[in-house]
Amino acid sequence: MNETVQAAEHGAGQELGIVPRLPRGVRLKFDETRGQWLLLAPERLVKVDDIAVAILKRCDGVATIEAIVEDLATAYAADRALIDADVRRLLNELAVKRMVDL
Amino acid sequence: MNAPVNIPNPVGLLAELTHRCPLACPYCSNPLELDSRADELDTAAWIKVFTEAAEIGVLHAHLSGGEPAARRDLTEIVAHCASVGLYTNLITSGIGLTQERIKALADAGLDHVQLSIQDAEAKSADHIAGYEGAFARKQSVAAWVIAAGLPLTVNAVIHRANAERAGQMVKLAVALGARRVEIAHTQYYGWGIVNRAALMPTKAQADAAIAEVEALREVYAGVIVIDHVIPDYHARHPKACMGGWAKRTLNVTPTGKVLPCHAAETIPGLEFWNVRDHSLRDVWFASPAFNAFRGTEWMKEPCRSCPRKEIDFGGCRCQAFALTGDASAADPVCHLSPDHDKVAAIAAHANEEEAAAEIAYVYRGAKAPVPAE
Repeated sequence: MNETVQAAEHGAGQELGIVPRLPRGVRLKFDETRGQWLLLAPERLVKVDDIAVAILKRCDGVATIEAIVEDLATAYAADRALIDADVRRLLNELAVKRMVDL
Repeated sequence: MNAPVNIPNPVGLLAELTHRCPLACPYCSNPLELDSRADELDTAAWIKVFTEAAEIGVLHAHLSGGEPAARRDLTEIVAHCASVGLYTNLITSGIGLTQERIKALADAGLDHVQLSIQDAEAKSADHIAGYEGAFARKQSVAAWVIAAGLPLTVNAVIHRANAERAGQMVKLAVALGARRVEIAHTQYYGWGIVNRAALMPTKAQADAAIAEVEALREVYAGVIVIDHVIPDYHARHPKACMGGWAKRTLNVTPTGKVLPCHAAETIPGLEFWNVRDHSLRDVWFASPAFNAFRGTEWMKEPCRSCPRKEIDFGGCRCQAFALTGDASAADPVCHLSPDHDKVAAIAAHANEEEAAAEIAYVYRGAKAPVPAE
């Protein structure tokens, strides 16, 4: 992410069962012209790195945060606690910008 | 001038689908001489524009005007934008939209609606818009947008008559269900220059409005995103206008002329190309107007040796021309500009007029008025 943001007041702290989703008006898109993944929102273009893309692709409005973390931990054979922290940090940042609904 | 190398592809296109508009806001950024309906691009021409825009890397298509809802083919245009992958943003006064039409636009793939409000109070809002009942109608339009499942941005232009309600306008946006609000202090182009004396707030009014809106950021964190454009006449440094001339976005006028920004035609001597004669790719990379102020080679002092030249790009070319008569000069908002006293004098004049009686607006209409000195 190329912007810093403050933590959300009502974000995904350690609560269970939260289902993150991209609201209408926010699109994850691979920009062919620039060879770059982007999150498109009203008057906003946010470049997203590979880790963020992996997380956001799993925000399908069905999977809970725990399920997303579990899936990523399996797919990347990585430490679950680290992934959990990464996922919640990203989703909280985007929730403050109203680019993800929690 | 030779075209600079490494020209980045554009990310946004503002399509002024028409200059027709039922409102007559005194700060309207459209030119004083409006394009007539008979000269507007037809549906096929706009469809070609958006196809070519997507091909050269445009991501956001902003459908604006005038009032874009005045175009009967709006839904068809939106559907085409969606089909070529453009993120489609409708910038509207709301007048001319019905619940059925908004639903059709949503079904066609519209991504986002940006609805203007003129004030937080009906009487003042309708006076500013020059349209009885506009305020009430906009409340309905906002509700229809939300009901159609579309994300809503409310945008408000701040000036002398509504500056004291800047915070209330943010609260109104929240009440209308907006996820984002744009609070933009008036910029003085087009009709804004004509009405500058009536529009410009005093520094105290502007400062109070800015502080009120900034304080609401924390109150509404996670509820509404606040985009805040503060007035440049009271600033020390100029704005990075358009993120740099011909660097990020382009404008297409109702008749197909392609501009680096909506006010670019106020600069004399620039050669603009038209989508009727050229591809958008050629216009972007090779047209004289787009290359006129690209990069930093065109700059004079104090810009040329300035450490901020890649930060604010010397400010706004149109404002430099409007206030100094030289489009290559530093934007006189900059405290280093030799013409900075002109901006300071205009701002000081606004301060003196604090207690003065209300100044009447010149509303946009068919006849172009003579700009006030």
